[in-house]
Amino acid sequence: MASAKAAGREIRRCVRFILDDEVVTIKHPDPTRTVLQYLREDLQRTGTKEGCAEGDCGACTVVVAEVDDTGTRLQARAINSCIQFLPTLDGKELLTVESLRDANSNLHPAQQAMIECHGSQCGFCTPGFVMSLFALYKNNANPGRREVDEALAGNLCRCTGYNPIVAAAREMYRESSDTEDWRYQAGDGQAGKDEKRRIAMLRKIERDGPLQVTADKRQFLAPRDINALADLLLQYPSATLLAGGTDVGLWVTKQHRVLDTIIYTGDVAELTRATCTETHLEIGSAVTLTDAMPLLLEHYPSLTELFIRFASPPIRNAGTLGGNIANGSPIGDTMPALLALRTQLTLRKGDETRILPLADFYLAYQETALRKGEFVERILIPLPTHDVRVESYKISKRFDQDISAVCAAFSLQLEGNRVAAFVAAFGGMAAIPARALNCERALVGQQWNSESIAAAMNALDEDFTPLSDMRASAAYRQQVSKNLLQRFFLASGSARSAGVYHYGR
Amino acid sequence: MGAESSKISGAVGTAFPHESSRLHVTGHATYTDDIPEPQEILHLAVGMSSNPHARIANLDLSAVSAAPGVAYVMTADDIPGSNNCGPVLDDDPILAPGLVQYAGQAVFAVAATTVDAARKAARLAVIDYESLPPVLDIREAVAQGSFVLPTERIVRGDSSGAIAGARHRLSGSVDLGGQDQFYLEGQVALALPKEDGDIFVYSSTQHPGEVQHLVAGAIGKQSKDVVVECRRMGGAFGGKESQAALIACIAALMAAKTGKACKLRLDRDVDMLMTGKRHDFAIDYEVGFDESGRIAGVEFMFASRCGMSADLSGAINDRTMFHCDNAYFLENVTIVSHRCKTNTVSNTAFRGFGGPQGMFGIEIVVDEIARYLKIDSLAVRRRNFYGIGTRDVTQYRQKIEDNVIHDIVDSLVESSAYESRVAALREFNAASDVLKKGIALTPVKFGISFTATHLNQAGALVHVYTDGTVHLNHGGTEMGQGLFTKVAQVVAEELQIDIEQIKITASDTSKVPNASATAASSGADLNGMAAQAAARKIKGRLVEFAAAHFSVTEQEIKFSKNKVHAGDNVVSFAELAHLAWFARVSLSATGYYRTPRINYDRATFSGRPFFYFAYGAAVAEVIIDTLTGENRLLRVDILHDCGRSLNPAIDLGQIEGGFVQGAGWLTSEQLWWNEAGELKTHAPSTYKIPLSSDVPAEFNVRMFDSPNPEKTIYRSKAVGEPPLMLSLSVFHAIRDAVASVSNYTVHPHLHAPATPEAVLVAVMAQHSSA
Repeated sequence: MASAKAAGREIRRCVRFILDDEVVTIKHPDPTRTVLQYLREDLQRTGTKEGCAEGDCGACTVVVAEVDDTGTRLQARAINSCIQFLPTLDGKELLTVESLRDANSNLHPAQQAMIECHGSQCGFCTPGFVMSLFALYKNNANPGRREVDEALAGNLCRCTGYNPIVAAAREMYRESSDTEDWRYQAGDGQAGKDEKRRIAMLRKIERDGPLQVTADKRQFLAPRDINALADLLLQYPSATLLAGGTDVGLWVTKQHRVLDTIIYTGDVAELTRATCTETHLEIGSAVTLTDAMPLLLEHYPSLTELFIRFASPPIRNAGTLGGNIANGSPIGDTMPALLALRTQLTLRKGDETRILPLADFYLAYQETALRKGEFVERILIPLPTHDVRVESYKISKRFDQDISAVCAAFSLQLEGNRVAAFVAAFGGMAAIPARALNCERALVGQQWNSESIAAAMNALDEDFTPLSDMRASAAYRQQVSKNLLQRFFLASGSARSAGVYHYGR
Repeated sequence: MGAESSKISGAVGTAFPHESSRLHVTGHATYTDDIPEPQEILHLAVGMSSNPHARIANLDLSAVSAAPGVAYVMTADDIPGSNNCGPVLDDDPILAPGLVQYAGQAVFAVAATTVDAARKAARLAVIDYESLPPVLDIREAVAQGSFVLPTERIVRGDSSGAIAGARHRLSGSVDLGGQDQFYLEGQVALALPKEDGDIFVYSSTQHPGEVQHLVAGAIGKQSKDVVVECRRMGGAFGGKESQAALIACIAALMAAKTGKACKLRLDRDVDMLMTGKRHDFAIDYEVGFDESGRIAGVEFMFASRCGMSADLSGAINDRTMFHCDNAYFLENVTIVSHRCKTNTVSNTAFRGFGGPQGMFGIEIVVDEIARYLKIDSLAVRRRNFYGIGTRDVTQYRQKIEDNVIHDIVDSLVESSAYESRVAALREFNAASDVLKKGIALTPVKFGISFTATHLNQAGALVHVYTDGTVHLNHGGTEMGQGLFTKVAQVVAEELQIDIEQIKITASDTSKVPNASATAASSGADLNGMAAQAAARKIKGRLVEFAAAHFSVTEQEIKFSKNKVHAGDNVVSFAELAHLAWFARVSLSATGYYRTPRINYDRATFSGRPFFYFAYGAAVAEVIIDTLTGENRLLRVDILHDCGRSLNPAIDLGQIEGGFVQGAGWLTSEQLWWNEAGELKTHAPSTYKIPLSSDVPAEFNVRMFDSPNPEKTIYRSKAVGEPPLMLSLSVFHAIRDAVASVSNYTVHPHLHAPATPEAVLVAVMAQHSSA
């Protein structure tokens, strides 16, 4: 393997992770075996359920714990085990619903509260809810209703109507315990003895070098540094680049594709970092959406609704901003906003690096400017200037965890009442996420008033010829794209948030 | 007796948690796919038709057979018995016999060593189709006379004369979408070959008895040769009433053919493509009414998408005809019901079973009348409610004896502050250009009983062991609704022992035979009574024995809190059980129940199909965005009639859960077929059931605590289906918000589900008509 040269570090040829306080070692895991298949079929550990095998129902929710960036704390995050490939667990701790009971078989407060609040009826979604509640318990000591809803956005229940589960999310904090056990400590207080012990266990299975596991001539490669990644991609230009797996996972579970070589970016140190320079946010392409969100929202708080409504916590915990971009879907949620922000990408192939505006990245339906062996290294998002107003609106049948029928983003800079700069970008309107150049031209240089907005709305007809599909008809997309521009106009000068999303909560 | 005086754990009337709740939250509740697999099990997958209507010119399965791990490939030709899994008519092939009638229909099945191998292999078939013209649309089916069953009519009075003579007349049409059950546990069955060709099937089904009969027919055996068991389902909602048979039949056929255990678990997409859903409807109406809004005459045309076969569509559409009165007296009425045959999946039972669609029709009519007269729709609703002692006979000639809708609505109007909120909302709308609010109160009256009278029977089996613990079995199934908990409460109450002393056991065709489906909200009514009868038999024997043993009269024997008092003697229930066994007293009994007072002639659609009615009402308030059509539920107030609740926590769960499920049906849940007749919303990524954030923070539910006047189990009422229809309030609140766009001058023309697109279309019609 070419990257064996990578800093001369040792190659690990087995997957190691922690389950129930024991290190599990798997020598030849099928590279695309999902964590769920492993649990249910290999371990007969059937508490974790399959409801959809596409990361959309949450019955398969498990929690993965890792040492956080400070190196001193354990970070617990819910993920969808049904689309997570087993080798991605390397170096982590896996917790399933069976992991929550203590030595005396006491129930976890999340479990106890679910019983007391009558939170289960058929019970099939329940283990997934318990694990999402457990992740909430570990990450938030006092959530309000909205935070509970956000934490549960990846879990479908068809029986209860959710009220008793929401009640359990409140009640579980009343089941107080004084234990040292990390699992039973709500929120992120002090690191106790048990947490330190768990961290020490994780340290023992850490690796500096790459992971290379094979089964049936198929391989899973997980380099640790960017040079090794670049080398591997030159060596295997047809390899499948895997980040969060929230799309690639479905290639396997739904399309039954056979992937010969998978190169995983999630362990590449340089790609999992995000920094803020004087002019830009620089987000590594393997930074998860969960980690990218606070940085982005610190500078662009108007995008909060967009990010909260982006898929679900388990998907955002695995999925990456880079994956959302590189995947090239015409309906990805972040691209319109990133286009409106005039985002650029750093692309890398071998030793060669180039910078490309995001607007030039998409060529045609699911076709990008990436060349063979090239990958997205960083996402460069300009910091806001004080006079720019940015909004992004997502239209879908359901508010949370849905895919856009139309997603719009606008960025506006006024000089007096004259439009100095304006970007309008849309998803769901064309084969690629795209700027509406006719619409932009109709506004730039004009007065910011209803007449010019009406003209810009009409200009959208020249920008896009959308399709009809199961998410919306062409006519609706055409109309609503215009109306979202009107919403942006009407909301300007008003502090009120546009739309109905925050009502009734 | 009653909750207050009783001290046992799990007494009737207490909010005892679901019997499996501890197993649920720990992941130790065993569902069919969790049962430890036998050695050498084969996993199955199904090859589906991609064409909605075609003859199969050539079926090339050579690549399927040659795929790694494949043990057997089965087609219709390999079925030794009857190639049918239809519950009523023999029109539902297990595997398509040369003719496919919907995209998604099972054509062949593969058995392989792993799930993955079977599913991969199933994709390798090469099928040549000779396409036939498909019927994909309800109105097209009506125009062509394409029906699975004959058109039915209910006529009372002279509707056309009454309409013609009425002061005002309205007519219109509305489309109402279907709904996928979206149980979280997909369809699954595990079949085990037994000696002498017998088959044992673990099936996730609401109807083990029917699965038993259909499996026996398919493998060419008899009922005695097949046992079907189901401990619990991960949700069903009607979707595992008839639909589970297809999956079980394929698994059993493969087990019979290969001699190995065979499991078929459908992938979510396959499940949604292959199995039936709630019927979507096209509805036409014409109504005549007076100045006060009272209906003089009404005519309905209901046409439903039944899909390619009859399935349960006959009874479902009958229930539509029985419920298009909802809580209203329709003196002169004509109901025409078309059961359309389309080249789409055969639609089936779903919570409400046609009732919701009937109620949807009349609620549109009532709301339209109110908008035409420019009076509050609540006034029109009240004006048309069934009377008490007058105007109290349904269109199917059943006299309503238990009407509480007036009390319920009066109470809810007050507790929800309906009238002041209507006023506040009008003010909000006057000041808000883009966002508009709407409010509605809708009633529910739902008939309880299977309309097929013979199905209203149940059996139970109770054993008492010598340590005083109890084995409880009955013909009902547990799908999450809490039936097993309620029935165990009944037995605990009867025997006066803690519920923990009772083992609740899996539905099993070898313990209780010929059980009806757990459906029609009837589970606790029927099985609770049957289990009570069984427990009473044993209790009677114990009383007789104890009286003799302690030399007291039978009247001096009292069961109370795990103890039995015989005059001055007190023994534990366990001691008495042991003594009775020692004295050779039988401690096992069956119980049986059939619903009294019902009789009904389907030929004339008249009689008493329903033992009683369950009532409720809901107020919903919504907000819509008139730029996008997005809508949110802001507040819900419900008052629902559970009779005297067996378990208020479980009943509350049914009310809230049913309401939210109904709200999904009428808002975000859209089934969408492309022009080729393929369903494109077949996974949670494209089919959107409600989430936690869709449920408003202000969600007030009360139970109308009043004993059922009929002699039901502890005077409780069925609660499974009726609350779903409370969600009609959500749809009408959205209509109200839409109408505000024209300042209530233009009738809202909104089709269901009220997706953002449907709402925006209705909003734009307000502008263009204004």
